[in-house]
Amino acid sequence: MSIRHGLLALLERGPSHGYQLRAEFDAATGATWPLNVGQVYTTLDRLERDGLVAQDGEPDPDGRIAYRLTDAGHAEVSGWFASPVSAKSAPRDELAIKLALAVTTPGVDVLSVVQTQRTGTMAGLQELTRLKMRAGAGDDLAWSLVLDSLVFRAEAEIRWLDHCEARVARASAARPQNTVAQSPATDPAARR
Amino acid sequence: MSAPMLLLSGVTREHRQGDSVVHALRGVDLAVHPGELVAVMGPSGSGKSTLLHVAGGLDTPTAGEVLVEGRDLATLSPAQVAAVRRRSIGYVFQDLNLLPSLTALENVSLPLELDGARGGLARRAARDALDEVGVGHLAGRFPDDMSGGQQQRVAIARALVGPRRLLLADEPTGALDSTTGEEVLRVLRARCEAGAAGVLVTHEARHAAWADRVVFLRDGVVVDQSGPVAGAESLLPVGGEA
Repeated sequence: MSIRHGLLALLERGPSHGYQLRAEFDAATGATWPLNVGQVYTTLDRLERDGLVAQDGEPDPDGRIAYRLTDAGHAEVSGWFASPVSAKSAPRDELAIKLALAVTTPGVDVLSVVQTQRTGTMAGLQELTRLKMRAGAGDDLAWSLVLDSLVFRAEAEIRWLDHCEARVARASAARPQNTVAQSPATDPAARR
Repeated sequence: MSAPMLLLSGVTREHRQGDSVVHALRGVDLAVHPGELVAVMGPSGSGKSTLLHVAGGLDTPTAGEVLVEGRDLATLSPAQVAAVRRRSIGYVFQDLNLLPSLTALENVSLPLELDGARGGLARRAARDALDEVGVGHLAGRFPDDMSGGQQQRVAIARALVGPRRLLLADEPTGALDSTTGEEVLRVLRARCEAGAAGVLVTHEARHAAWADRVVFLRDGVVVDQSGPVAGAESLLPVGGEA
């Protein structure tokens, strides 16, 4: 997640200071990705250095400095909303890597890896659904869309795990000498 | 912990196909308590629908016991099983089966009237059931004049009407868009929180997640369960050789 663009987008609503920006960010995303105020101020410093925001007037009585978007800042926000998020910028998918290694590591019970993950992902999905139930229908659109995004992702992961399970089962049925599905990792006799 | 509304123990169901025997269910244990919604997931052919049919007395296990409100269905006469089905069990199917020539209210009150309830009493109970699922204002409408989501709510009201406290739902959101599907799940969930016991068969993880527990079936065996397990006594040991 780009904190830079998040803060710039919030400043599109009008000048604001760091604490306020953090609170607004959390309110919009239901504190799913909480920011600490240090991150917010470091980012604001960089944005100011890059000419995308500028200090807006004098510090308030508590010494807090409000920032506003510059013209370049407005252009950056428009550009962000106008362009798709690149899948390349996503972090490495640990689960995909783990399964890829599981099917190529002798003696790993791949089906049990899949099942353990599916149970875990489902428990997470139930947790998200409970949050949805509590949120009720249509109270807070921003937060409920964030929740939906997490829900759909968990669902996609479970669907992918089902697919992996079927592929692994089929592969081990086709090659009975391959003991991938049966042999526990702890059984040295099963290793080749 | 209260006694389970539905208890399956060691349930096996075999079908003969020519010379071979197909195991639709193998040694399944499952307890569903009042106030609990349990989802059953699994690939097609895993035994999900058979489990629901057996639980609802529509199919008989080859081995094992099915208890509904503590009564072993195998010890009951066909007429008694039919009475349990009418009075204790509510079904929701993907295919709604609403009668097109009856209004929503008449569709919902029909099962009670078939069970011998007086017309006025049946209609009052039907109106309560429609109110409960949020379509009381559509009581006088015919199915063709309602959206898919509204029809599904009427079908749920029909499943819930009267004293029934075991709710069996087979892909109840299958024909609905995702927002409407969620409304239906909200209703199911609320009904269970109000004291019914529910079993929801679905292939969609997003919908299964509305349940308190999710049971995964594969080849007729429970391979996995997920969800907060409040107190080990709410679970029988999960069956099967997995």
